[in-house]
Amino acid sequence: MWEAIHDNVRRSRLLIGFMGALLVGLGALFGMAYAGADGAVAGAIAALALWLILWLVATAGGEQVVLMSARARQIRKEDSPRLWNVVEEMTIASGLGTLPKIYIIDDEMPNAFATGRKPENGCVAVTSGLLRRLNRDELQGVIAHEIAHIKNLDVRFMTIAAVMVGSIVMIADIFLRSMWFGGGRRSGGKGGQGQVIVLVLALGGAILAPIFAQILYFACSRKREFLADASAARFTRFPEGLASALEKISGNLGNSRKQALRSLAPMYIINPLQAARSSAGLFSTHPVTQRRVAILRAMGGNAGWVDYERAYKKVTGSPEACLGQKTLASEKSVSARAASPEAGTKQDAVARAREVTDLIDRLAEFLLIGCVCGVRIKVPPNFDRESVRCPKCGRTHDVPRAEQDAQADKPDAAEQGPSTEPLRYRRQGRGWESFKCSCGKVQQLSPAFEVRAITCRKCHRKIEIAGP
Amino acid sequence: MTPIVLFLLAIVAAVVVVAVWAVGIYNGLVRLRNQVKNAWSQIDVQLKRRHDLIPNLVETVKGYAGHEKQTLENVTQARTRAVSATGVEAQGQAEGELSSALGRLMVVVEQYPDLKANQNFLALQEELTSTENRIGFSRQHYNDEVMTYNTRIQSFPQNIIAGMFSFVKEAFFEIQDEKAREVPKVQF
Repeated sequence: MWEAIHDNVRRSRLLIGFMGALLVGLGALFGMAYAGADGAVAGAIAALALWLILWLVATAGGEQVVLMSARARQIRKEDSPRLWNVVEEMTIASGLGTLPKIYIIDDEMPNAFATGRKPENGCVAVTSGLLRRLNRDELQGVIAHEIAHIKNLDVRFMTIAAVMVGSIVMIADIFLRSMWFGGGRRSGGKGGQGQVIVLVLALGGAILAPIFAQILYFACSRKREFLADASAARFTRFPEGLASALEKISGNLGNSRKQALRSLAPMYIINPLQAARSSAGLFSTHPVTQRRVAILRAMGGNAGWVDYERAYKKVTGSPEACLGQKTLASEKSVSARAASPEAGTKQDAVARAREVTDLIDRLAEFLLIGCVCGVRIKVPPNFDRESVRCPKCGRTHDVPRAEQDAQADKPDAAEQGPSTEPLRYRRQGRGWESFKCSCGKVQQLSPAFEVRAITCRKCHRKIEIAGP
Repeated sequence: MTPIVLFLLAIVAAVVVVAVWAVGIYNGLVRLRNQVKNAWSQIDVQLKRRHDLIPNLVETVKGYAGHEKQTLENVTQARTRAVSATGVEAQGQAEGELSSALGRLMVVVEQYPDLKANQNFLALQEELTSTENRIGFSRQHYNDEVMTYNTRIQSFPQNIIAGMFSFVKEAFFEIQDEKAREVPKVQF
């Protein structure tokens, strides 16, 4: 855990240092364009002064400004015991130390955000729409993600970066305007040609630097979101919770664009202004939701840093690392837990109905394949391809088949024509399983079925069943 | 400056650098060890929280299911044993038994629809679920901290300092009884 923060801090410093150098460099350049070589130092100082003013303004307001503008109201435990308890649980799991202040926003649009530059001053806000829609596991995932932002010092980092970018944009703007309106003072004829070059560089810088800084800022924001997702998976030990919560949230955000505040957008769990996007542009604060969900679901039965990194590489195909070196070196794979039991008649009734329809499908010779994401894929009996994709998460599954015994090089194999050797099928667990015989007929094995071999009803071939 | 003086100065500088670095590592190790201890005490906090919830739970259930005396008695006795247990193993054992007793109580509660609809009981139910979760998470956090600490004192170059100042590996909190991890299931 501390490795992750350490990596973060190191990357933050690098980035801030780079942007700071860019800021000072631009200041110096603009100063030079104005007043020759003497202006460089003055320009740099002016840039830093601007940054300082912006920084003071940004930090003076504190978290209260953000929360008030979102119309968040702080709650006590009695107002929403479940939310309070979940936040406490995640505080313990993350090792945050101090319980963050908890706020509810009365809004049907499901969303959540966290603020607080220091872990002691953390605040978590959740909309009432979110509370209504998510079950306990999903709520845990969302809260874990938000607390991860606080713990990884993301808010502090993004504030600093935002102020940097703001300063760069501002001085570039000021410079361009002054060039436009006044031509600027040129001090004497000191180095006419050199001055022109400086002017060209300054103009180029004024146009490109803001764009470049913003791209950098948004790229950082997206990276931080992945890290927060990885942290949430690790705290809850249940990536599927966050994955299904993200799905639920992103499916609901279409209508409320007007209500979302632009300045707050990066801090929400999903940027409400960009929710419907299918690809993350250069200027998106969050990665595409589908991608985040796919990575979380590709983690297999695991929940650790290395598992997230592996899933990230697999889903995005990106060669560069998502999490820091120290983080990845700090531990090996960590296994996930099972879903927590759902208390409620509705879920039980649904589960029972599913069992009944599954049974009916099996009788109708459908082949059922269980996917890790929870979906049971029902393959019709006349399906003749070798593999099938899960409609929910996209994983590919091979259609289970009974295998030939690997003794094809028996001397009299050729004489027997189409082989009558017994087939073998290895069970993968103790529950219901279906597989195909070589003739194409679907065989069903029930949990209670403990016989060593069965006979295919169609081709009368013997199939041996081996244990899991 | 004669070469000898320069040489000596270089050695002093090197020693200072190594000393500063060593102090940094030592402080880091101390911080991690304290975090491990802190995480351990967190587990205790959550276990005590569960102890405090139980009398209220028993009273509420008694009001509706008075003749389930045996089950209620088991819970109360298990709680008393858990409160007075000392030492890690005895504690782990007693807490596991308390979890089992609570689980059985929840099974019994199912047969009393009036109780299940009682607001007080539902609130307690939520608290109990949360407490079980918290116990689980505090154990998880403790194990995470122990993992970080153990990895740190074993890797180079921290293991040198660790050896010098006798930082030893901490033990993971293993759960003897798998049942101790289960949230008491409730089917409504």
